[in-house]
Order: sequence, then C-alpha cells, then structure tokens
Amino acid sequence: MLSCRQATELMSQEQDRPLSLAERIALRLHVWICAGCNNYRRQMTVLRAACRRFGSGGTP
Amino acid sequence: MRSMELDRQTELNALRPDLLRFARLQLRDAAAAEDAVQETLLAALTGSHRFESRSSYKTWLIAILRNKIIDIIRGQGREVAATSLADDEAGDDLLAETLFDQRGHWQAATQPGRWADPDASFEQKQFWAVFEACLDHLPEKTARVFMMREVLGFETAEICKEIGISSSNCWVVLHRARLGLRTCLEARWFAGAEA
Repeated sequence: MLSCRQATELMSQEQDRPLSLAERIALRLHVWICAGCNNYRRQMTVLRAACRRFGSGGTP
Repeated sequence: MRSMELDRQTELNALRPDLLRFARLQLRDAAAAEDAVQETLLAALTGSHRFESRSSYKTWLIAILRNKIIDIIRGQGREVAATSLADDEAGDDLLAETLFDQRGHWQAATQPGRWADPDASFEQKQFWAVFEACLDHLPEKTARVFMMREVLGFETAEICKEIGISSSNCWVVLHRARLGLRTCLEARWFAGAEA
C-alpha cells in the first residue's frame, strides 16, 4: 500500500512521464480510499491549468 | 495611423510592469528580465498587428516575451547546476516533514482540501497576485525548473539536458515545486475561499 507521501510523488510524476501499469493501479487504489490524495490530484490539474493560463498571458 | 501608434504606446506603458514581473519570475535576474522586456517592447513597436482589446494585446506580448525568455534560458541553462539545486533541498524536506507524519500519511491539519471553483478564481486579479507570490516563494532553482516545465512548456527531457540533471532528479525537483506551490495556494487562497 502506498503512503500519501509516495502517492504525491506519483501524482506529480504522472504529469511528466507515463506511469507503469503497476504504478497506475497502486495510485488508483490509494486515491480511491484517501480523500486528501484525491483532492491533491485535482489540485495538480488546477496547477497545470493555472500555469498554462499564466504563461499565455490570459490572466485578468 | 498616428493615433493608433499613440494608443499602442499607452498600452505598452500600462502593460510593462506585468511583463517585467513575468520575466523576473521566470529568470530571477533583474538585468536579464529588463533586457527580455526591452527586446519585447522593441519587437512590439515595430510590429504592425492590430488588436481589439488590451487582453489580446497582452496575450501577444507575453507570447513574444516567452520566446525571448526561452532563448535566454537555452543560452544559460547550465548555470542552474545540480549542485545549486541541492541547496534548495533542505528547506523542501522541511516542508514534507510538516505535511506528513512518520508513516508518510497526511497530518490531520494538513490534509489537502477541495478547492472550490478554480475557474472563478482564475478570473480574479487577486488570485494571480497570490499565485505569483507563491511562485516567488519557492526556492529559486526549484522554481526555475518548475516554470521551465509548466509555464514555458519545456519537455522534461529537455530540462534535464539544459540543466544537466538526471530524469529522476528532475522529477524530484518538479514534485517539490508542486507540493510547495499547492501548499502555498491552499493556505493563502483556497482555504479562505472555502465556505
């Protein structure tokens, strides 16, 4: 079972490289039962969207 | 048309502080940032595009500036050597120690929350002030690697090559940056926004 700390590492790395099948399964299981990491994963998506917007001058 | 030129000059002056802040965040070097902005303004003044709004003008200017910044970084990437990245590590590990317990689980007080309506936040000037402050708050080299990846759109492989670090090292740095940035945003923006 992944710890939250390990899960956050994988949730970062999935933004930078394709995860292996084993990693994807371990992460999916963890996020399914862990509300904090579930939120963290959404936050990663928000960070990426924010950075894209910031980098394209689309800020108000 | 003379009046058109005058308008653009006014807009440029109004947007210049935004451009300079953007360049300083990416480059963390006031002189290099100033150069990048000067070159952008020069390119902008000689261009003949027309713009209907300040926001589309800003988008165009940022695109020019981004390319200038990418050129500068490609020319000097190795200055962000692996050794100076190591200097950032101590502070970052400290953050992880406060977020996770010994078994690597979230501490009760630091469990990530649900961020309410990020799209609405993106429309607020104040959010972006906090966002910039949080980027600025990251350790310098960590921030540079992160912004190369997420703001300037480099592929991870190219970052590794430019900076001369291994892929796994690169992933560690990016992870630390994301952990730091989301922690800062949650504390300084989203925690307050949650009902």
